Amino acid sequence: MRNAFIRGLTALAERDDRVVLLTGDLGYKIFDDFAEKFPGRFINAGVAEQNMVGVATGLTLEGFRPFVYSIATFATLRCFEQIRDDVCYNDVPVTIVGVGGGFSYGANGPTHHATEDVAIMRALPNMTVVCPGDPVEAELAVAAAASHEAPLYLRLGRAGDPVVHHDPPDLRIGESIEVLKGNEVSLISTGGMLPVATAAADLLEAENVSCRVISMHTVKPLDTAVLEACCGETKALFTLEEHSRIGGLGSAVGEWIADSGKSCELTCFGTEDRFADTVGSQAYLRQQQGLSAEQIAQRVMNRLGE
Amino acid sequence: MAHKGKTPHVGSALSCTDLLAALYFSAMKNDPAEPIAPQRDRFVLSKGHGCTAHYAALAERGYFPRSVLSEYAQDGGRLAEHPSRASVPGIDVATGSLGHGLPIAAGMALAAKMRGDDYRTFALLSDAECFEGSVWEAAIFAAARRLDNLVAIVDFNRWSAMDRTDVLEPLAVKFTAFGWLATEIDGHNLREIVDALASVPSVPGRPTAIIARTVKGKGVSFMEDDLEWHYRPPNAEDLARALIEIGASGEVASGGRSPA
Repeated sequence: MRNAFIRGLTALAERDDRVVLLTGDLGYKIFDDFAEKFPGRFINAGVAEQNMVGVATGLTLEGFRPFVYSIATFATLRCFEQIRDDVCYNDVPVTIVGVGGGFSYGANGPTHHATEDVAIMRALPNMTVVCPGDPVEAELAVAAAASHEAPLYLRLGRAGDPVVHHDPPDLRIGESIEVLKGNEVSLISTGGMLPVATAAADLLEAENVSCRVISMHTVKPLDTAVLEACCGETKALFTLEEHSRIGGLGSAVGEWIADSGKSCELTCFGTEDRFADTVGSQAYLRQQQGLSAEQIAQRVMNRLGE
Repeated sequence: MAHKGKTPHVGSALSCTDLLAALYFSAMKNDPAEPIAPQRDRFVLSKGHGCTAHYAALAERGYFPRSVLSEYAQDGGRLAEHPSRASVPGIDVATGSLGHGLPIAAGMALAAKMRGDDYRTFALLSDAECFEGSVWEAAIFAAARRLDNLVAIVDFNRWSAMDRTDVLEPLAVKFTAFGWLATEIDGHNLREIVDALASVPSVPGRPTAIIARTVKGKGVSFMEDDLEWHYRPPNAEDLARALIEIGASGEVASGGRSPA
């Protein structure tokens, strides 16, 4: 998703001279092309995320359209108050780009695991939260973010995320994408869990469970029309995210169910309320948290059997 | 305003009143009739808690009628105890949490460099605010990007919310070490303030820090250098005494001029 992002941003910067890229000293080599084409609009702000977000705010007040890039933990946690007070309270169109959602930086350890970022970004007034499901969505999300004249958090995976969409979908902020049609259960995924969702759906189809797979790339605002359809047309909703079960997509869907008064079965797949206590790759850490396709398919089967 | 709104921070406002007067009535290129003119000088009140002085300066300069001042800290009013963006003309950005203003001002100054504009950006900081790491992140950034169109004015009234701020010294040396041109002035001597502000940019490529030596609660004898007035709203008697001392006994508590 990282490479798709910079490809999208470079194309965007060709057409829109307001676009500025600020990085917190991350993205070695991947920004070379951008920096060469737009030297005046590429700023390595150093390992100083608070200042970087403040500078981006100042740039927006003068008409620029900054994208602020760092690893998702540093891009959201270190400068949270600047995102809240400078970006969201002033309601200016800064796009915060967090690379490495969930366990993307697996063996780097919990300092690099972004598992609360969606919760805290979602809680901020004026903030839109977008977590593309694959590199195709990530590239499309850049252009969508740029035309969204308000604060936005763009949560990416890392390098080598599998491609799910072989034909580019129509990506609009706030409108989910139906990846697979089905009528028995709804697997609603956000971010890099999308390929896990489709793999789980394949396993479930083999057991004759018809799965609807939704890429809920925008966690805020939620696509409630599609949720309503899933509620009415399938037996149960399952949310999938590589993020704490506290405050992410599952919480958002649960809040919607509570507020709307719908009668709806909901199971939330996400990370448990603890730091990873073992070292390992993204795939390994997902397994530890019950987030592999096999584990998810099994739990869906169990739930249907209850 | 502080009396009617029953709010604190009177001392913090009075320590920067002379600085704001020099900025709005001499140093800055500004026009109340065109508050967002592209070539105006920019101002960021990083010490947002000193906003009563800023509101008063804006009203006095003609950005909005003085009657608006009576809305300060009132239910449904436009003027909060820390400024919000576009609440009134002349306030370009919300502040209130310390350490945010200098990075934002650096962004505005960087934008001028990117576009080839010649406006200057002034940020007014408190001394205690310089405990915030983000101030120094911005200081490194501004020097690295050669933002000689950026001015940090530090209202050095020697008080934080709990203590003396002497441990920040030597503050000018710190800014100099970070690549800034730092000067120290008497923050209540209008000639010194005006001269210091007029000289910017004075060294190509270097941002300017003006360490303004001030007195918290300046101008009101019983408030001067007394931390009590970081907290205590003035009662009617305090207000009457203060207005006499600053030669404004004709003013009414609302902040508007009395009809007489």
